[in-house]
This record gives sequence, C-alpha cells and structure tokens, in this order.
Amino acid sequence: MELFFMTLTTGIMVGGIYALVALGWVLIFKCSGVLNLAMGELTLIGAYVTLSFYSMGVPFVLSILCTLIIGIVLGILIERIFLDKLIGEPILAVIMVTVGLSFFLKGLVGFIWGTDTRVFEPAIFSLKPFTIGFLKISIVYFWSFVLAIVLFLVFVAFFKYTRWGLSMQATADDETAALSLGVSARFVYAASWAIAFMAAGVGGALLGNINGVNISIGYLGLLVLPAVVLGGLNSVPGAIVGGLTIGILQNFAGTYLDGFFPGGVKEIFPFAFMAVFLLFKPYGLWGWIKIERM
Amino acid sequence: MEAVENILSINNIEVKYHEVILVLKGVSIEVPRGGIVALLGANGAGKSTTLKSISGLLKVEVGEVTDGAIEFEGVRIHKKTAVEIAKMGIIQVIEGRRVFEHLTVEENLKVGAHLRKTGSVRDGLDLVYHYFPRLLQKRSEVAGFVSGGEQQMTVVGRALMTEPKLVLLDEPSMGLAPMLIHEIFNILMKLNKEERISILLVEQNVKLALNVAPYAYVMETGRIVMDDTSEKLKENEDIKDFYLGLSEKGKTKSFAEVKHYKRRKRWLT
Repeated sequence: MELFFMTLTTGIMVGGIYALVALGWVLIFKCSGVLNLAMGELTLIGAYVTLSFYSMGVPFVLSILCTLIIGIVLGILIERIFLDKLIGEPILAVIMVTVGLSFFLKGLVGFIWGTDTRVFEPAIFSLKPFTIGFLKISIVYFWSFVLAIVLFLVFVAFFKYTRWGLSMQATADDETAALSLGVSARFVYAASWAIAFMAAGVGGALLGNINGVNISIGYLGLLVLPAVVLGGLNSVPGAIVGGLTIGILQNFAGTYLDGFFPGGVKEIFPFAFMAVFLLFKPYGLWGWIKIERM
Repeated sequence: MEAVENILSINNIEVKYHEVILVLKGVSIEVPRGGIVALLGANGAGKSTTLKSISGLLKVEVGEVTDGAIEFEGVRIHKKTAVEIAKMGIIQVIEGRRVFEHLTVEENLKVGAHLRKTGSVRDGLDLVYHYFPRLLQKRSEVAGFVSGGEQQMTVVGRALMTEPKLVLLDEPSMGLAPMLIHEIFNILMKLNKEERISILLVEQNVKLALNVAPYAYVMETGRIVMDDTSEKLKENEDIKDFYLGLSEKGKTKSFAEVKHYKRRKRWLT
C-alpha cells in the first residue's frame, strides 16, 4: 500500500512538470494552430540557461526569472526569424519547420554547453525527502509541483481576464476577424512563443534539478506529447490534467509493469494509453470541437 | 454633397491580386462624415474587395492597391497595415458573421475593446447592451452556438466596442430572417444617428439598402457604373429592372417576358 501511494505522489509531482511543458505546447497550438515539435529543445535550453546563471552564483529564483526573460527574447527571435515568413503557408509546412528547428537547437546546445551531464551545484533543494504521515515526498518534486500550479493559475487568469489573453484566443479562432479589430497576428504569435518558451524553460530548469542537465531533457518534449493530446490540444486545464495523468501512469507502469516487461515500459506506456484513449475521444478531454451549424 | 465634409474619399483606385489579377479598375467613392452610403452590385462586382482595400485586410489575401488613393480624414491610408487602419477608427465587419466561436458573446465584445484607450471596457459593454439588449441575455453563452441574428449582433457590437468612426459593413443581412434584418438595420440607423458613426454598407438586398442609405453607388465588374441619391436610383429604369426586379409599370416582372440577352444595360454603351 505504501508503495502504491509513493508511486502516486511521485507521479503527481513529476506530472506537474510535464504539465508545465505541456502548457507551452498548448499555448502555441492554441494561438497559431502549430504543433511545435521543438518543444523539447526549448525545455533543454531553459535548463541550460538556468544552470549557467546558477553556476555564475545567481540565486536560483533569480536564475529562473532570468530564464523567463531570455525565454521571451528567444521566443520572439525564433518567431521573427523562422516562422514569421510562414504566416499564411500550410500549417504542415510550419510544423516541419519546427522539426528542423528542433535539430538546429539541439545542435546549438551541444555547441555551446557540450554534451556532458552537468548538475546544479550546490544542490538547490536538499535531496532528503520530507514525510507526511507515511508518505515520503522529495522536496525537489514538491516545489516543482507548486511552481507548476502557480504558473498554471497565472496562465488561466491571463487568458480569461486580460485583453491580450482574449485577443490571443480570438486570433486562434479567426485570424482575419481578429485582424479587422486591430489585433496583430504577428504580435500574438511572437507572444505565444515567448510564453511557451517561458513555461518550457522553467520546466527544464526544474527537471535539471532532479536528474542533472544533459541533452536527454530534450526528449521530454516528446514525452509530453501524450499529455497534450490527452488533454485536448488547445485546452489549458487539459494540459494540466493530461500532464498529471501521464506522470501518474508513467510511474505506475514503472513500478508495477516493469517486472513483466523489463526495459522501457515506463516510456512506452503513456503513448500506448494515448493511442487507446484517442479511439474514444478523438479531440482529447477538452479539445475544441469544431462548431458546425446546420 | 459639396457642403458636407467627407470622412472617407476613395479616388480612382485600382486593385490587383497576386500582382496580376486586376479586380478593381478605377473605383471612386465618397462617404460624408456621419453619413450612410450604400455600395450595391451583383456577386463578384468587387464590393468586398473595395471594403478590404479600405480596411487593409486586402494584404492578407495578397492584394494591393496599385493606383489611386484612399484618404481617411485627409490622411492617405492605402499603404498602411490593417492594424494601423483599425487604430485610426475604420472597422470592417467581415461578411459571414465571423464570431470567435469558442469565446462567449461577452468575450467576443471584449476582444473588440482591444484598441480602446479612453473609457473602460465596462462603458463599452454598457453601450453595446444598450443597443443590443438581446446580447445582454446571451452574454455568457458560447458565440458559436447562439442564433444567426445574435451572431450578427455580436460582430456589429464587437465593432462598436472599438469606438469606430467609420464602419464598413459587408452584407449584414445575409442569411437572416426578414424580421431580424429589420431589427438589425433599425439599430444600425440608430447608431448612425446617435453615435455619429459613418457607415459604408455593402448589400445584395438593394431595396433595403436604398431605404437605409440616402446615397448609393452601383458597382459592376470592378467599376463604379452609377452613383446617385437613393431617391433617384429607385426611379432609375435599369436599377428597377436589374436589381429590384420590377418592370416599367412597377409590377412584379414575369420571367417569361425577360429577354435579358437583348436588353442592354444603358451604362455599358
């Protein structure tokens, strides 16, 4: 029983980080209809940037803030350099560009930071877990989870109550109509990339705390795909629920199924679940169903 | 016409799509400040293109004003972007009731307040609900699911939220029941009178348009072929024949008598 709850809490906590990266993914899709396959690399860069600041002696919280700012700048740069010219082109072309972008960014990271695993030194969170009742919760996981929730609330509020949040959703719905009201699509795209980069960057920084930073963090981007699809590609709450679900499923698969199917069932299981789930709900949990009037 | 100041004057513009397809071949239109002007014509005459070249949305469709000039309050605007033009106070209500389907009615309106500088969003909403009380009831419903008439009200209300000086309306009557059309046009006329919003109206429903607008232009294949006061246009034989479906005696025309291949439009010479 203890093992069950341990697995569950770990799942939820890791899921929190997935949710954060999933948020970035959803944001870009929501605003521009582009499935950004370079999300993992954005996470990777976020992790390295935070690490670099931290190694220079900047306090962790401040490093995260710096990562946010660099995320905004890089997000806008990427949008302006690579994607701006593609506005109006078929969406598939844009998606392919993000694939190319992912290789480019991965190469860039290797070029700047090398391929060795690096760790946050001194460790930011103590590795000792704290205990609630019989549950042992690792402090790193706990704070990652809290941060994910806080960012989630900020994003929801942003979309629901701010002028820009609404305009971004409007652009996703009908770009031309939004333009006719003076909402600039270019600005919206740049903003969505900036925010996505922020979310992914923070996710990367948190993950880097847990396992150390190396190029494999980039693969997390792909692992988050089931989370995003599960929640519905353009639903912010969906990203959170999807992220948590995938985190939990993954950990349960690791704990209970690894004995039967040794080697990698933990990584595969979310994808298998996603495939089956989509058979029943093709739009994901809260994805936008196209409204058709008769 | 001379005594009134024009808020918008289009001077002999030529519009090309993809740099080769000539769509407008010399269109000149004037809209007096605080007035309503109708732009009539059959499908494909270039009415929507004219509106898009004013609002700047033409650029999205790889179109360009290649000749002539568009002046709004004395400023040349045909080289400006859609966002800049919207900021100046020209708002186009695109044809086909393009609501933001997944947002609620009120959120749709709030997007319209995007450019609003003076006054709070609340004031804008109050104003819209004052003119469209029906939207107040539907404010928290998802816009994709409200009725066609309410969607039309939403998009007009959304345009109103921007505090426009000139609204370009593209076929607001399309696909709506006669009662609703009546309601919407009454509101439009009220807006014109009370809020002093100038309107350039594109309509297929010629009878309705001539009743609402005191002055009208008739377009055909990218040209303005006729312009006059609505009173005179209503009496014009060609207009009666081609757009109002009336014969010379004012009776409904029988299609059996129509020999339209022989009957030439006078203006085509």
